[in-house]
Amino acid sequence: MNRYIRRASVFGLVLLVALLLNAARIQVFRADAYDANPANRRTALTRYSQPRGNILVDGKPVTGSRDSGGRLRYERTYTEGPLYAAVTGHASQIYGTSLLEHAEDGVLSGTDPRLAPVPLWTDITREQQPGGDVRTTIDVAAQRAAFEGLGGKKGAVAAVEPRTGKILALASTPSYDPNELAGTGRPVTAAWDRLNHGAEQPMLNRALRQTYPPGSAFKVITAAAALDHHKVTGLDAPTRTPDPYILPGTSTRLGNEAGGCANASLRHAFEVSCNTVFARLGVDVGLDGMAGTAENFGFNDAGLRIPSTAARSNFDTDMNDAQLALSAIGQYDTTATPLQMAVVAAAVANDGEVRAPYLVDKVTDADGGTVSTTRQRTLHRAMSRGTARHLQELMTGVVTRGTGSNAAIDGATVGGKTGTAQHGAHNEGTPYAWFISWAERDGARDPAVAVAVVVEDAAANRADISGGGSAAPIARAVMRAALR
Amino acid sequence: MTATTADAPPPGLRLPRRRGTELVLLVGAVLISVYGYIDVGLARQNAVPGDAVSYGAGLGALALLGHLAVRWRAPYADPLLLPIAVLLNGLGLVLIFRLDLETPRNQAAPTQLVWSALGVALFAAVVLLLRDHRVLQRYAYVSVAAGLALMIVPIFFPAVNGAKIWIRVAGFSFQPGEFAKILLTVFFAAYLAANRNALAHTGRRMWRYQFPTGRVLGPILTIWLVSVGVLVLERDLGTSLLFFGVFVVLLYVATGRTGWIAMGLLLAAAGAAAVGSLEPHVHSRVSDWLHPFASIDAGHGAGQLAQSLFAFAAGGMLGTGLGEGHSALIGFAMKSDFILATFGEELGLVGLTALFLLYALLVARGYRAGLALRDPFGRLLAVGLASLLAIQVFVIAGGVMGLIPLTGMAMPFLAQGGSSVVTNWVIVALLIRISDSARRPDPAAAEPGIIAAMRPGGGPSGASAGPYEEEDTPYRSGYGFGGSKERDR
Repeated sequence: MNRYIRRASVFGLVLLVALLLNAARIQVFRADAYDANPANRRTALTRYSQPRGNILVDGKPVTGSRDSGGRLRYERTYTEGPLYAAVTGHASQIYGTSLLEHAEDGVLSGTDPRLAPVPLWTDITREQQPGGDVRTTIDVAAQRAAFEGLGGKKGAVAAVEPRTGKILALASTPSYDPNELAGTGRPVTAAWDRLNHGAEQPMLNRALRQTYPPGSAFKVITAAAALDHHKVTGLDAPTRTPDPYILPGTSTRLGNEAGGCANASLRHAFEVSCNTVFARLGVDVGLDGMAGTAENFGFNDAGLRIPSTAARSNFDTDMNDAQLALSAIGQYDTTATPLQMAVVAAAVANDGEVRAPYLVDKVTDADGGTVSTTRQRTLHRAMSRGTARHLQELMTGVVTRGTGSNAAIDGATVGGKTGTAQHGAHNEGTPYAWFISWAERDGARDPAVAVAVVVEDAAANRADISGGGSAAPIARAVMRAALR
Repeated sequence: MTATTADAPPPGLRLPRRRGTELVLLVGAVLISVYGYIDVGLARQNAVPGDAVSYGAGLGALALLGHLAVRWRAPYADPLLLPIAVLLNGLGLVLIFRLDLETPRNQAAPTQLVWSALGVALFAAVVLLLRDHRVLQRYAYVSVAAGLALMIVPIFFPAVNGAKIWIRVAGFSFQPGEFAKILLTVFFAAYLAANRNALAHTGRRMWRYQFPTGRVLGPILTIWLVSVGVLVLERDLGTSLLFFGVFVVLLYVATGRTGWIAMGLLLAAAGAAAVGSLEPHVHSRVSDWLHPFASIDAGHGAGQLAQSLFAFAAGGMLGTGLGEGHSALIGFAMKSDFILATFGEELGLVGLTALFLLYALLVARGYRAGLALRDPFGRLLAVGLASLLAIQVFVIAGGVMGLIPLTGMAMPFLAQGGSSVVTNWVIVALLIRISDSARRPDPAAAEPGIIAAMRPGGGPSGASAGPYEEEDTPYRSGYGFGGSKERDR
């Protein structure tokens, strides 16, 4: 019988080994897959078990955490939700995170491995790190000026510091209060439904994620391309362009809203925004040249992160000359985000160099120790230094003599460019009024700010270059705030 | 049975009693449990639980009571059995106390402590009153009748969570099937001890296999079928699987016929297929096992098994630490059937391995007592009880870890459930009693060969029986089984 008892005990051993192997399979080999399963609530429970790190503007937190006492314990609060919504995004127990809350989630929620003082040891102890803080580059005054300037209109503002790429303001209206989405329960789901259904789209970050046809504001790029490719001999040389201009290969006549465009100089064409001159210059430069310059300004780049992802601004790389002519005046398939257009203005102010725009200056741990600092970097040279000087002159002219006089500021040099973009099947959509500009305080070494403003302006007269009317005053307020 | 002679301990050898070892191990087991209790308090409330001392004293008193009973009446017993049981029971109380923190309106730990005390009291009673395990052999048919009765009674009570295994009287619930496990094992052991030779060597030969005569096979198959049938009716498939496993193991150990195993597996497969396709309750368990994440894919969130797997996965190698896990997400039955998930999450693979090894050690000591013992009934009883524990651990641990379909069953000693804890304490008491007999220097064993040689009508099986196998002890005439063996021949 002993032999059989031994064999029976071997059977017991087989059961033991089966249990142990299975335990190792679940707890070690498949553990990551189980941990990552969206139905596994542990990640959420751990995540909300401690206060979330804060997002700081000018060194002061614009976010907070509230102890709800529930299972998903700490809920996000925002001090001035609508004002900073385009910067912070939201952090919701139900709907996750967006924008900066999303891009810096690892630091804010404390899961970023860089927060752990001794990485391997904390893996063993499973000690949860308190959430770190994210310091933004936002300038309170500029942000407030942008948000209040937009007011009840539908639009967006992006402002950057030309020399560094720091984003000083990022506003989108209509805005929303991310406080409404923090936490759980019926009010949150009701708020989410309300914010997501309807034409207003308050959760759309128009400054970063929405692209608009830039219209005449794109002429800055066309002018840069023409100057760099020597298609004009000087700012004041006549361009020998007919008015109206017949689009190449078609019988379509392209006209102007302004007068004096026939054979106008580049300076005059820029100041009054002649379509004919820039359409022809675009064709002269050619598709490769135009696309190359546009891409050096940052177009066709889907990978820009500030660290939130910015939408890709588009300049087609495969078109005929008629389409190229329209693209050169910011129509056809050409689209840009307000941030992209602010970068265009900044490149001009920064003597042709495009600095990577960034929103997060520094990330610290809960005790204020630096985790990482954003390194400033140059993306491209958009144009030669000489061309940039010429464009500064042209843009200054727009403000002093041309369509952008509403942006002038005492004691500062301001350069700008207006734009009105029509859209819709037969151009019957609400026109977009653009204004892009930069400002440098008199006597200062560096330009202080570059701004792009886009406003959906139903009141704008379609036959008018309305950028100077509704968008330029907002840009002026933002620049004035940034200059202070 | 030829190999037994060489394995039996030499008679007359003076074995150390090892009661001191047992006491030291018991102190360790109590200290580990108290440490766990304090750890939960520190993790959850940042303070040592106020009743840590009384908890430790209570568990210590229970351990001491068991130890004194063993020291008095079973001085040669295996010194590992009692400390392992105390440690498992103590850890179970810690886990239930920890899970009570998640359910403030449902406190199970105090009740479990009362049941544990009752279990230890029964343990002491068995050790003190049952002086010789062979007495049980006399009550084989009584115990099977009692066991079947215990299993049948709950059918007349309303089903709880799909299984009719509970008796609920005035808020007090009891699972009589738990205790039936011991009774049926006693019967299996007694019957097989008496009839093993007839089962192994008589009957018709068909092709290469020998089938026992219907008179030998009939009663045992009937009782087995009845028990399994009752369980299917009660939808308690875990226990059904358990009986089946123990039955096959004992049949194999008693007869040494691998044919039995083949036949057992065949029967099991046929039964499983039939029950699995006919019984919707079982069918859903099988599909849950095959597709634990089906409910997630269907958008209904994680099912219980999925939550259990998540808990184990969250534990990883070292676990989250006691009190730091989220196994409460499992919800219903987290303190009973799924208590292992809490163990796995908070103590990790390392803790789980240690736990499985504790059970393995308990089972191994049971087998060891079986090996050292001389009478077939005792050997089969030891093997049967040890297998009972082994299969039970496998069925429930494998179930909650997705290795086999989940069947409701209690993790021995660990899980919430009074009947289960009491039953397990009785099992350990019986193992203590058997191991005491196995290790006790027995003067009667000094002259065993004489009786064996005088066996009346000693056939080939009698000749092959080892000198230490006590088929021919003075008890024999009273068993009521020995006779049937003679008649069958």
